[in-house]
Amino acid sequence: MTALRLAIRNLRGAGIRTWLNAFSLSLAFVAIIFGQGLLQGMNKQAEDASVEFAFGGGQFWHVAYDPYDPLTLENAHAPMPAEVEALVEAGRAVPILIIQGSIYSEGRMLPVLIKGILPGQKVLALPTPALADTGAELPVLVGARMAKSTGLAVGDYVTVQWRDAEGAFDARDGRVVQLLETSVMGIDVGQVWVPLDRLQRMAGMPGAVTLVTVAKGEHHLPAVSGWVFRSPGYLLSDLRQMVQSKTVGQSIMFLVLFLLAMLAMFDTQVLSIFRRRREIGMLVALGMTRSQVIAMFTLEGALHGVLAAFLGTIYGAPLFIYLSANGFSIPGGDTWGFAIGERIYPTYTAGLVLGTTLLVLIVATIVSWLPTRRIAKLKPTDALSGRGL
Amino acid sequence: MENGFVVRTVDLVKKYRMGRHELAALKGVTLDFAKGEFSGIVGPSGSGKTTLLNIIGSLDAPTSGSAVVLGARIETLSPRKAAELRSRHIGFIFQTFNLLPVYTAFENVEFPLLLLGMSAPERRERVMDALKWVGLEDRAGSRPTQLSGGESQRVAIARAVVKQPEIVLADEPTANLDAENSRHILDTMVRLNRELGTTFIFSTHDEKVIRYLRRRIVLVDGAVAEDKPQEPAA
Repeated sequence: MTALRLAIRNLRGAGIRTWLNAFSLSLAFVAIIFGQGLLQGMNKQAEDASVEFAFGGGQFWHVAYDPYDPLTLENAHAPMPAEVEALVEAGRAVPILIIQGSIYSEGRMLPVLIKGILPGQKVLALPTPALADTGAELPVLVGARMAKSTGLAVGDYVTVQWRDAEGAFDARDGRVVQLLETSVMGIDVGQVWVPLDRLQRMAGMPGAVTLVTVAKGEHHLPAVSGWVFRSPGYLLSDLRQMVQSKTVGQSIMFLVLFLLAMLAMFDTQVLSIFRRRREIGMLVALGMTRSQVIAMFTLEGALHGVLAAFLGTIYGAPLFIYLSANGFSIPGGDTWGFAIGERIYPTYTAGLVLGTTLLVLIVATIVSWLPTRRIAKLKPTDALSGRGL
Repeated sequence: MENGFVVRTVDLVKKYRMGRHELAALKGVTLDFAKGEFSGIVGPSGSGKTTLLNIIGSLDAPTSGSAVVLGARIETLSPRKAAELRSRHIGFIFQTFNLLPVYTAFENVEFPLLLLGMSAPERRERVMDALKWVGLEDRAGSRPTQLSGGESQRVAIARAVVKQPEIVLADEPTANLDAENSRHILDTMVRLNRELGTTFIFSTHDEKVIRYLRRRIVLVDGAVAEDKPQEPAA
């Protein structure tokens, strides 16, 4: 208690020096929370978008379906299982048929996945009502990135070619009815969306579907023979691994920043002990034990961490609140490789803030304590005469 | 206490290792100090004065021999017990004042009382009394950088006596002061010695201090060359 009281008094007495040390530590502290919040926000945004546009509350996959092996598509379809039919009818699930094909755009042939989906579905946030069948022409929905890379625009005609269930090649002109604006590249690049019944007819696969996406929050799903249910966690695992790989890179940067701040703190403490040798000798002469002196110096360092957290809260909290509410634009958002959108909304959870605060405090205390071990070796008579260390 | 003496040293030896050589700072010093003495260890630089004071103050341990201070045997004292002895019973005054730079005069004087766990009102009363003793009650809020050398040393004296210790050890207390300030400091210490019965042991080679002593111990090359009472000037 005495050591704490003296540490507080010393910090108060050191005035502006205390606040400068605390401020520099708070910069690292705020930068770490900022960066981690940014990554958490990106992660959450990407996951939310993926769930909203692609995965819903999970998918029943045909047992032969492997999204990483296009060759499986030929056999990965079957009539919709009766167990999930009720869900589809209730608008709580949407069937999707996927076949391989190509489009011809600007004289180039591009391999694509042709995906058939119910135009009236409300499970995924796709603008499928635009696919409402007009009868004559094939309505096609393409993603904005896909449109950009192929030079397609709304109203353009594009030749779609596929191979039907019998292995015969067929082709038809489709008209781009709408562009799909989404940050989820998995439903955009390299694919076109058409009405499900049209695709089933075109491919000679009446009633066949490759997968059934259920609505978010749908529980008590039936077990379906010949179909495998993939949970949102499973479907998001690739994304999470990708975010994780980005996080590792970012974390290294924050670690370096953190280490620099701690190194500065360590140096400050070493210098402080060296500069205050006479004072240490005097404290011992006045009746403090060495362990009390060590505790006092360690607490001074730890209290710098507390002050840094306090300062960081003063200028960091409004900044974080503003950023999480308004977000900020990220140039080159497409280049990240996953769905982050044009604006990033960082997420600052209580766990992140408290965890980082705790981490900074613990590390600051350890870093403050390490140099104080020298005090234990310091003879009071040497310290009083400004020698030793 | 050892037979009525607050301090008793018997055949005290202190050796320092300087590279491959050994330097004897004290060579068998045997001395007794009674309660209420106003005595000084006199001698040139390097004669062992400060070493002797450090051992009496339990800041250092002898190589051999014995030092008993207020019944505590210094050479066998644990660091915790030594700290307790210093915090309760011994006050220090140093040549360079050694005030804690970030504290005010009040806080510097209050420091030993904090270590004793005294309550805030009692601390305040004692600190103000001590500052009054040294004539600095109006400088309580000043930092060491705002005080003159004489004022700083008076704060150091107040800090040494505020806990009313049995012994005050003063190592060259006037070395950094002019004649006027030295006289003021010494008068204050004589008054404290008379009114509180505190034992003062000086280490000095300053003639101004020596004149105030009631007992003069001359140390030459780590050994007692002379030990006799004298009539103080004040």
